[in-house]
Amino acid sequence: MLTSDNISMTAKGGDASTSTPTRTAADIRKDFPILSRQVHGKPLVYLDSTASSQKPSTVIEAMSTYYETTHANVHRGVYEISEEATARMEKARVKVARFINVRQSKQIIFTRNTTESINLVAYSWGNKNISAGDLIMLTEMEHHSNLIPWQLLAQRTGARLEFVPISTDGLLDLDVYEQLLRQQPKLVAFTHMSNVLGTINPVQQMTAQAHTAGATVLLDAAQSVPHMPVDVQALDVDFLCFSAHKMLGPTGIGVLYGKRGILEDMPPFMGGGEMIRKVGLRESTWNDLPWKFEAGTPAIAEAIGLGAAVDYLNELGMENVRWHEQEITTYAMTQLQAVPGLTIYGPAASERGGVISFTLGDIHPHDLASILDQEVGVAIRAGHHCAQPLVERLGLAATARASFYVYTIPEDIDVLVQGLHKALQIFNF
Amino acid sequence: MSMDYREYILDHYRNPRNYGKLEHPNVHAEDSNPLCGDQLALDLQIEGDQVTAIRFQGRGCAISQAAASMLSEMIEGKPVEEVVQLGKDDVLDALGIPISPARMKCAFLSLRVLHRSLALAGLEKPATDDDEE
Repeated sequence: MLTSDNISMTAKGGDASTSTPTRTAADIRKDFPILSRQVHGKPLVYLDSTASSQKPSTVIEAMSTYYETTHANVHRGVYEISEEATARMEKARVKVARFINVRQSKQIIFTRNTTESINLVAYSWGNKNISAGDLIMLTEMEHHSNLIPWQLLAQRTGARLEFVPISTDGLLDLDVYEQLLRQQPKLVAFTHMSNVLGTINPVQQMTAQAHTAGATVLLDAAQSVPHMPVDVQALDVDFLCFSAHKMLGPTGIGVLYGKRGILEDMPPFMGGGEMIRKVGLRESTWNDLPWKFEAGTPAIAEAIGLGAAVDYLNELGMENVRWHEQEITTYAMTQLQAVPGLTIYGPAASERGGVISFTLGDIHPHDLASILDQEVGVAIRAGHHCAQPLVERLGLAATARASFYVYTIPEDIDVLVQGLHKALQIFNF
Repeated sequence: MSMDYREYILDHYRNPRNYGKLEHPNVHAEDSNPLCGDQLALDLQIEGDQVTAIRFQGRGCAISQAAASMLSEMIEGKPVEEVVQLGKDDVLDALGIPISPARMKCAFLSLRVLHRSLALAGLEKPATDDDEE
């Protein structure tokens, strides 16, 4: 039986001499202070990492140490602590760049979150490059953050939107994708991993096809960068967006990666301090990358926290993180399928990340989430998961969703299953 | 705070009272809860100073649908001047279990639709979006 003591972070068949030392999941959990708290008198079982991950002590300490010892505004002061703060923040930028295999850290732009990264592209790149009648191609499985900015851009410019449909098992219909590419879209924007179904899309292949058709490609990597190795050079996408808070880092900071030529060609998104080179009363010139896109005082402590999160994930090894989640997901799918009346949506465990959307009989997901919270201390998400068109495509108004991360152990799944049986009892099934 | 799903709540959920539509309502209003996609439509028949008939249709969680069913029982055959006074406490009293903060919107969906329909009928002022006390 799979337990917290025998589930480890060393990949199956991994060579001990090349991989990082084995750490059991039980051991990893000790790094996350929040996992020792109780809810409703029961130990917290946190199964909502897709919405936001918990934070290890190293991230929390990196941020508090910064405030206690080094805080000053960056890129301005000529005194020691300001220079230190600047150095620490820029070091974090380099760590993030290396983490997704970006050559130059100036291609890493700090934003507030994935949503702001996508909006930055929709306004700055979109206003310049999209005109009336142009086609923007999306998919039916997008999070609202990769849908609404394009709806707004289409309204501003008169561009058209088309959507790659999904099959009943939650995979993109790649035949329709190819057909739509013949209409020569200007932009193809899609998610690497669905936040509802967990579906992992074939990014490399889709990007190559889109480039052949002459399109620019934006990848919503909010769910993939935290959970699997992501190499932007291999994927060859033009833009990639993700958030720190889903990858063990703090809220309030996200990342936009872009190819250098494209970023240099783009006008600023927001105006203010930091993003300028020379300012006149009527005209100004812009700073170099990445600061051209970072108006105002940035989230300095958060950038440093993100750097610490990257360190933590690197130590575990992203191959190991992915392997651990596959193992947990396979275990969870087997256990959940044994619950009477339970329906799981989306692809097989091998084709998905650590996300399982499900319904249980006719119990509304919100009732289910309340019962799980009160009866067994399990935190899951219930609703449309900010992907209303996708949930409606499944013929539903809402689903329950359990999602996993480095600290999820098989025992968490067992408590979830106990809670589901309790819900069945309450609703008289 | 523990919300426990009592038998009578599940009974209202499974067998909602006054469920359906009125053939000739003189007021109709509807609303949804964007958080969970709960939907609720309300028909009222108001004759003179009395609410003579009420029907609702909706889909959603046990809390929102049971609250709608219970609220409908409080309204049918009542004088308008009593119905306009119905508030959050009346719904919470009827539910009779503690409702967690995140679920308050579910509990009050039908109440919101009721007051919207009364406003449409010119029987009370439209609700404001002021912060709660």
